[in-house]
Amino acid sequence: MNIFTETFAWLADPTHWSGPGGIPVRLLEHLQYSFLVLVIAAAIAVPVGLYIGHTGRGRVVAVAVAGALRALPTLGLLVLFALVAGSGLMPPVWALVILTVPPLLAGTYAGISSVDSNVVDAARAMGMKELQVLFGVEVPNGLLVMFGGIRTAVLQVIATVSVVAYLPLGGLGRYLFDGLVLQDFPRMLAGSLLIAALAIVVDLVLAAVQRLVVSPGLSARSKGGRKAATDLSAAAPAAAAVQGGTA
Amino acid sequence: MDWFLANSPMVFERAGQHLVLALVPMVLGLLISIPLAQVSRRHSALRQLVATVSSLLYTIPSLALFIILPPLLGTRILDPLNVIVALTIYAVALLVRAAMDAFDSVDDDLRQAAVAMGYKPAARFLQIDLPLSLPVMFAGLRVVSVSNISLVSVAALLGVGNLGMLFTDGLQRNFVTEVVVGIVAILLLAVVMDALLVILERVLTPWTRAGSVKSDAHARSGAEFIADAKVHAGAGS
Repeated sequence: MNIFTETFAWLADPTHWSGPGGIPVRLLEHLQYSFLVLVIAAAIAVPVGLYIGHTGRGRVVAVAVAGALRALPTLGLLVLFALVAGSGLMPPVWALVILTVPPLLAGTYAGISSVDSNVVDAARAMGMKELQVLFGVEVPNGLLVMFGGIRTAVLQVIATVSVVAYLPLGGLGRYLFDGLVLQDFPRMLAGSLLIAALAIVVDLVLAAVQRLVVSPGLSARSKGGRKAATDLSAAAPAAAAVQGGTA
Repeated sequence: MDWFLANSPMVFERAGQHLVLALVPMVLGLLISIPLAQVSRRHSALRQLVATVSSLLYTIPSLALFIILPPLLGTRILDPLNVIVALTIYAVALLVRAAMDAFDSVDDDLRQAAVAMGYKPAARFLQIDLPLSLPVMFAGLRVVSVSNISLVSVAALLGVGNLGMLFTDGLQRNFVTEVVVGIVAILLLAVVMDALLVILERVLTPWTRAGSVKSDAHARSGAEFIADAKVHAGAGS
């Protein structure tokens, strides 16, 4: 039998869709880990990113830290945390948080600082308080760039959570490593296809959310937005740090 | 440190494997991206298609791709070729957008001037478009370099030899030193590669430093911003 028909048969087998090691359970675990990591990382990265973007303070430090973290190998950090902090759910979650903060942080402050300074000054001149300027003007206008960082971060987390199964924990990555040990290639391929499908579906959902949330005026003048971005030399390292790469 | 000194031949061998697995895809990616970008820039439908497909491919997690490729390529799971093909796919996904933006960043007046001076299309491309697009292109290359070096280590989970082996081995033996050596070695590799790319860029683009230093830095980082904005849009959109 051909490997693809075997894999399809594996996926179609109802016993793989129920029980403690079934696909729905693994999928739920995968989403739970990802969600936990994203919530903790966002709680750290978003306020700091908003502060740096709004005030411009601490940008140099943030860029340096985010850049250094970007080069850290995901797998190395996961293994290090597992060895030093012991087994269980939280050590890998903290390792993942460290890897997720840079793209979120960079995306947030790149978004805020991509807003035309004339617009911000106009808001101040109209008598808006600083917080009103931030949440009423800078966040809505910077949202398109911020979404770039958010989507990168989410994809990176979903990809990296598959590696967590090696430690060993749950998630869809289990099928890859169990399959590897058992020399069961259809299981590995099925797991890989599920992970790839999950990443694509989540990204499509985020794209839909982005379309709903981001003002249509921003997307329509993306050409103009790019020109404005060219003038923002300060935002360049920020954007560089946004890119993390999927693990 | 003692462990590193005792095992340095093994670490250097792994680092060599790591470097090959990271660099070959980067070069292949560049060789594929430049003509692809050049062709698709001229046709808006093709450009849209290339942008969509590249962002879709970039969405697929590397661990999954390392496993999906063998049956498609007819290779075995341990074959380093899987890693090279997978990372080449990511490199193309990133670089084709960077290359399109890089060619867009070349002032059209300069192209027209070159045509007026009698440059043939091939000569114009090699002597005008390509050199002038280098600053934006290098911004993309640096992103690919860092992300490739980090991604290669994931392949160690499947048994493909590279510095990531220090992590899997360290976990099995419960040996923290080996893991720390692996992390430091990968960071060093990434930093050295980045520095080499920066130096190469400076050598290849002497004119970017000819003007006043300040406005020059300004223009360059602006160009890099565009490349990076596109690049992370590629990772997401």
